[in-house]
Amino acid sequence: MNSKKLNKFLTDKFGDKIGNLFNEIILSFITSLWFMILMFPIMIIKVNTIDQTIIWRWHNLIYIGAGSFVLSYLWRKALKLKEMKSRTEENSKKSFSLSESLSNLSESKFHYPAMGVTLLLFILIPVFSSLYQTTVLSSALIYVMLGLGLNIVVGLGGLLNLGYVAFYIVGAYSYAMLNTHFGLSFWVALPIGALLSTVFGILLALPILRLRGDYLAIVTLAFAEIIRLILQNEGDIFGGPSGINNIEPPSFFGFEFGLDGKTVLMYYIILFMTIFTIFVIFRLENSRIGRAWQALREDEIATKSMGINVTMTKLTSFALGATWAGFAGVLFSAKTAFINPDSFTIWESVIILCFVVLGGMGSIFGVAIAALILYILPESLRAFAQYRMLVYGISLVLMMIFRQGGIIDVKRKHYKLPDNIKAD
Amino acid sequence: MTHVLEVNNLSKHFGGLKAVDEVSLKVEKNQIVALIGPNGAGKTTFFNCITGMYKPTSGEIYIPSSAHRDSHITGEGHRTKAIHGLNPHVITECGIARTFQNIRLFQNMTVLENIMIGRHCRLSTGIIGAIFRTRKSRLEESELIHDSHEILTKIGLENYANEFAKNLPYGAQRKLEIARALATDPFLLLLDEPAAGMNPQETKELDGLIVKLRDTEDLSILLIEHDMNLVMSLAENIYVMDYGKLIAQGTPTQIKSDKKVIEAYLGEEIDA
Amino acid sequence: MQLEYFISLLLGGLAKGSIYALIALGYTMVYGIIQLINFAHGEIYMIGAFTALIFSTVITYTMPDTAFLINVGISFTGAIIFAAAYGFTMERIAYRPLRNAPRLSALISAIGMSILLQNYVLLAQTPDFLPFPSLVPNFSFLEPIEYIVSSNQIVIIVTTIIVMILLTLLIKFTRVGKAMRATAQDKTMAQLIGINVDKIIAITFVIGSSTAALGGVLISSNIGQINYYIGFIAGIKAFVAAVLGGIGSIPGAVLGSLILGLTESFGSGYISSDYEDAFAFIFLVIILIFKPEGILGRKDNQKV
Repeated sequence: MNSKKLNKFLTDKFGDKIGNLFNEIILSFITSLWFMILMFPIMIIKVNTIDQTIIWRWHNLIYIGAGSFVLSYLWRKALKLKEMKSRTEENSKKSFSLSESLSNLSESKFHYPAMGVTLLLFILIPVFSSLYQTTVLSSALIYVMLGLGLNIVVGLGGLLNLGYVAFYIVGAYSYAMLNTHFGLSFWVALPIGALLSTVFGILLALPILRLRGDYLAIVTLAFAEIIRLILQNEGDIFGGPSGINNIEPPSFFGFEFGLDGKTVLMYYIILFMTIFTIFVIFRLENSRIGRAWQALREDEIATKSMGINVTMTKLTSFALGATWAGFAGVLFSAKTAFINPDSFTIWESVIILCFVVLGGMGSIFGVAIAALILYILPESLRAFAQYRMLVYGISLVLMMIFRQGGIIDVKRKHYKLPDNIKAD
Repeated sequence: MTHVLEVNNLSKHFGGLKAVDEVSLKVEKNQIVALIGPNGAGKTTFFNCITGMYKPTSGEIYIPSSAHRDSHITGEGHRTKAIHGLNPHVITECGIARTFQNIRLFQNMTVLENIMIGRHCRLSTGIIGAIFRTRKSRLEESELIHDSHEILTKIGLENYANEFAKNLPYGAQRKLEIARALATDPFLLLLDEPAAGMNPQETKELDGLIVKLRDTEDLSILLIEHDMNLVMSLAENIYVMDYGKLIAQGTPTQIKSDKKVIEAYLGEEIDA
Repeated sequence: MQLEYFISLLLGGLAKGSIYALIALGYTMVYGIIQLINFAHGEIYMIGAFTALIFSTVITYTMPDTAFLINVGISFTGAIIFAAAYGFTMERIAYRPLRNAPRLSALISAIGMSILLQNYVLLAQTPDFLPFPSLVPNFSFLEPIEYIVSSNQIVIIVTTIIVMILLTLLIKFTRVGKAMRATAQDKTMAQLIGINVDKIIAITFVIGSSTAALGGVLISSNIGQINYYIGFIAGIKAFVAAVLGGIGSIPGAVLGSLILGLTESFGSGYISSDYEDAFAFIFLVIILIFKPEGILGRKDNQKV
């Protein structure tokens, strides 16, 4: 009996309300039974062929049963809600309102003070937090930069780049090598690293940009893996699996800092670079170039017919995305003083992609907030850390099904007619 | 007579299929020309060849070499420029704009932004200009907003300026496609079934709009359309395609009585 | 000696290629039918291997007297059934709600599924490598040439050939096979003539998952150890093989897999084993840049 027939049978027999409830219970029960069987070998039995032991974890069966019973109910409910929502949206297509534009106006007034307070908070953090916390926040900000950089490619340009970490590698290794081999300082290496990364991005992009979206994703992933394998195997040049150490931290006009001072200085440099990133991307987003990227994301064929050079547009998006990974890479190796290929696996790319997707593709603040929270949470809650990747995986799936726009709604810029021109 | 578009023996083959087979067509300045034919006759493929979406298998496409609508086109003996085989964005830059049969708007962007993207090829702000907001780029941006508003007003969509394109009613979406094409500053507009899915009232409005655009914007228009009332009332010249071939050409009255056309449309209503 | 080395590399490559083929089938069938790169397919292979390990270990430790062949039979069957169930569930949860969504959404969902399944096994079982029992009997007649070819390799190659023949027959001659081909050609049309498209897609996932699990158990038994991560690299490589042969084409997947298997085997045997994993990626990049439709694939025209 399929689910529709069952529902009809039950509602006929018990009336709409109770029939539906019975129906839901039966469906949830079937689902929970299915999952109890499905997950039985892996969740209940734990084998260890090293110690030659078997552990039976029967209690898990109860968790799975109860959990999937509830989740199955919520799942169907959520799917129904989503369907209803999309239907009502279609009916109320015309409903644009003045109030919305007013709220946007007031919001923009509110914007600057809020941003000021946030900035002040970030500036003051090293003063009243521990060294460890400052370090964690520095790392989080690097991820914010990476997220924002990838956002140019994935969120604005609509090009799924699964090998973003390759450009991060270029940045990190260029500072590490320039510093340890040639003694170049951080400040010289910072632009060089970004530049190398950009050039690398262009070289990589040229042959592959005509590929279809899903193929592009896989090729970028392949590139990143090839580069990591080269780093791993070419010990003479890149230090092999043990990487490069003793990378100098940045100096500041010849001042001498202790360990604490160096950490705080690094934090401020990273903070400054993050703000710089946000500033630049914000300006790019609502410019001629940024609009072309977004047009490309929406519809490549229509973009072509608007007189936009699609290849160039893809190239700039790819290359500028790479630039920020380059900056972040230099900052990363300056901060940790030690890098090896293990820091740059494919999962790094995937985590950054999670930040972009969860933050709402294309939304600067959404991505920044997602990166901050998703990085700091597992660092501060050890209990959560273990489940971090699991949760990322689940949330990717859920986001795609229920909220493709991300946590925060993307609001488009509302342009007003400049007064001086309006007159003519 | 001045031609703004001259297509000579254009063919497009997909493997063994001759989707467009030796089709020639001319559009004169400020003329409205219709391209009709049963479904699958190759009309959209023909459009795609002109706009560079497909590379033609053979044949030539010419436009006046200085065909930009602001420039003056001098009678006979004007120079022409071949555009076959060029990239779509280059062809749009030359001044040929199009709409799509299945609406292809930038759905998650506002109506105004859709127009602004249409202006892209007439502007020059680059990455540096965007980041530093140079004087030039600020000026360009404010002109852009102004021009885009003006185009919206012309089409009658100014009230929707800050709406998401996807939230517009169907008829308005079709109009927005035209507005967006207009934003690229064309001298020739290619409309692919602009009235598809419209009700009679909307179709009537569209009729008026197309004539108005031709007159006020100094445009020439080539359109594909199935709505015969619209075609007969708008077009001064009609080309008929069937199975990739051109089977007839002439004024609406000639076409209506053409045997081949009636045959091709057998069972379909073609009288106005 | 030279010749023997060559033959051992050849057979090793064929065995490897066969395993890739068993996994690549799932990729290519799913792609053929819903144009999705099922990123989590490698994870199904891993779960198949883990299930077999669990079944066979439980049997060995709790009922040591069980005949070897019964153990093998239960382990293989269990792995295939459970992997198929995981594939089915995965399609139901992560892909079916996205049937009409943009391609990239489904791909991101698939990436999410891949992370999810990896970490599920990591957390529920162990992050360490576990020794995997040999589930393939040693044929005594192979003993004299053991240094060239193992029983395991022979079993892998033969099994793959049988599976390929069965699958070809299924797709060519059965009702389900015809429905599958129809759905791959045109989903809407298939639906209109009364094919239950959802069911056909589910069946495709089930078949793909089963062959992946089979491959997973065979290769793990050959290598002798597994962990939660084995699916990822194997999955990527099988995907490369599928693309190499022309994604969507079943003979293409087999051909691509054999080419990749042989390249890896000869490459690491004669050039350098450091870059064994890189061959697949380099192959992928070259193929996609110069011939994106693959060796046996069809070119699809962009619709305007």
